[in-house]
Amino acid sequence: MDELVVRISHCVENGKINKASPYPNAMKGMEGADELTKQALDAAIGPDAILQACNDGMQRIGERFSRNEVFVPELLMAAKAMHAVMAHLEPFFKSGTVKVKGKFVLGTVAGDLHDIGKNLVRMVVEGNGWEVIDLGVDVKSTKFLDAIKNTPGCIVGLSALLTTTMVNMSKTVQEIKIQFPATKVIVGGAPLTMDAALKMGADGYSHDPQGAVTFLDKISAA
Amino acid sequence: MSSLLTALKNKKILVSDGAWGTFLHQRGLQPGECPELWNITHRDDVFAIAKSYIDAGADIILTNSFGGSPSKLEHYGLQDRTAELNKTAAAISREAAGVDHLVLGSIGPTGVILMMGEVSEEALYDGFCIQAEALKKGGVDALCIETMSAVDEACLAIRAARETTDLEVACTFTFEKTVSGEYRTMMGVSPAEMVQAVKEVGVSIIGTNCGNGFDQMIDIVQEIRSIDPITPILVHANAGKPVFQDGKAVFPETPEKMAAKVGELIKSGANIIGGCCGTTPAHIQGLVHAIRVH
Repeated sequence: MDELVVRISHCVENGKINKASPYPNAMKGMEGADELTKQALDAAIGPDAILQACNDGMQRIGERFSRNEVFVPELLMAAKAMHAVMAHLEPFFKSGTVKVKGKFVLGTVAGDLHDIGKNLVRMVVEGNGWEVIDLGVDVKSTKFLDAIKNTPGCIVGLSALLTTTMVNMSKTVQEIKIQFPATKVIVGGAPLTMDAALKMGADGYSHDPQGAVTFLDKISAA
Repeated sequence: MSSLLTALKNKKILVSDGAWGTFLHQRGLQPGECPELWNITHRDDVFAIAKSYIDAGADIILTNSFGGSPSKLEHYGLQDRTAELNKTAAAISREAAGVDHLVLGSIGPTGVILMMGEVSEEALYDGFCIQAEALKKGGVDALCIETMSAVDEACLAIRAARETTDLEVACTFTFEKTVSGEYRTMMGVSPAEMVQAVKEVGVSIIGTNCGNGFDQMIDIVQEIRSIDPITPILVHANAGKPVFQDGKAVFPETPEKMAAKVGELIKSGANIIGGCCGTTPAHIQGLVHAIRVH
């Protein structure tokens, strides 16, 4: 693999956005995801290879997050570095030269205004090559249903932090399953467990963002 | 109104209150409704919750102002009423507590992450100042900055509280057990890092709240105590991790289970003990009895 590609992957994993960014301390003054991606494209390295490097970096930091070796700040910085790469790849997505793995409709359920967990999932899922349609917080089930209608073949992710909104999550899952029985739904959030997820009728549950990626990749491979 | 620290000296172990959020929902607060607005629209319900904890034997009650930061209230378009909602929250609990009991003004997290750069430190600090000042005006005896996970946000809130009021300040963080069995907040902060950071900016009481039940709180208190032998420790424990039963969330830890564990929690070094999500006046009554026996 090209050295530049390896370095891009390393920058994403460690949250090194660009040369000016002081984070992480160990990489101060070094070139970051931004500069290296530009150099790679100038050196005629294919956008697919760059995207793969970015995905690998996000995958590694996501796995370290799942093992509690790193926490939210490290994940957020990695996502920022990932976005620096993606900004350069945007034209290739637009022209269809590179393709996303699939579409993921994501939102925090009705009555719940918490977005930190949902945003972490969005970042890691995006960083692993999926397009995320983020519906935001306090998303009524009708809004989920509209989004599913407008996004054929999508997979759906529901987030909730409050015990009181788990009930709305359950209702939303059921409404989705009535109208779109083939659509796969994964749920997550602090009060949830696999048991609760299955009782609601969801297809999957994840304790952490990387688990959502595993779930999505498994479905797209099937 | 006596000082919280004086009360601790006189009584050694103080009992705090239980859940507010889950209690408000039982009384009809709908998901997506602003809990703090109930201080104005459903004052009697909020007062009844405060009073139920006093009647259960709590020495201290908190205020219905957990989400009273301008950035949380902005979700409901209520950010301009920050001072009014916090002051009323304090006044309601003050009325329920009378002069014999203490009121701790609750300040919860803002929900924004400073390192993401979505909001400036100054803006967060100014918001905390408005909350602290309003809670003081409403009559609280001390402030409780709770459910924190980031050191930068917690320290801004503590500084704001100390620079705008002369009240004692408590600060509690929420820890989770990692796969390797250590305790960390979601931002990666350990109990030791919390203690060092919050004491530097002048808190009088440290502690932990929410979490996954009483057993883990005992671990966390032991860890805090091993680093800091002196500072009073406040614990507000959840009634366990909720389970989903028959379409609703149920908290598994009963008042009996909590009461049975309280001796161990005191032995670990806790000085103020109360509940968080899922706990009820029955839990607090159980704690009061168990501590009396202890």
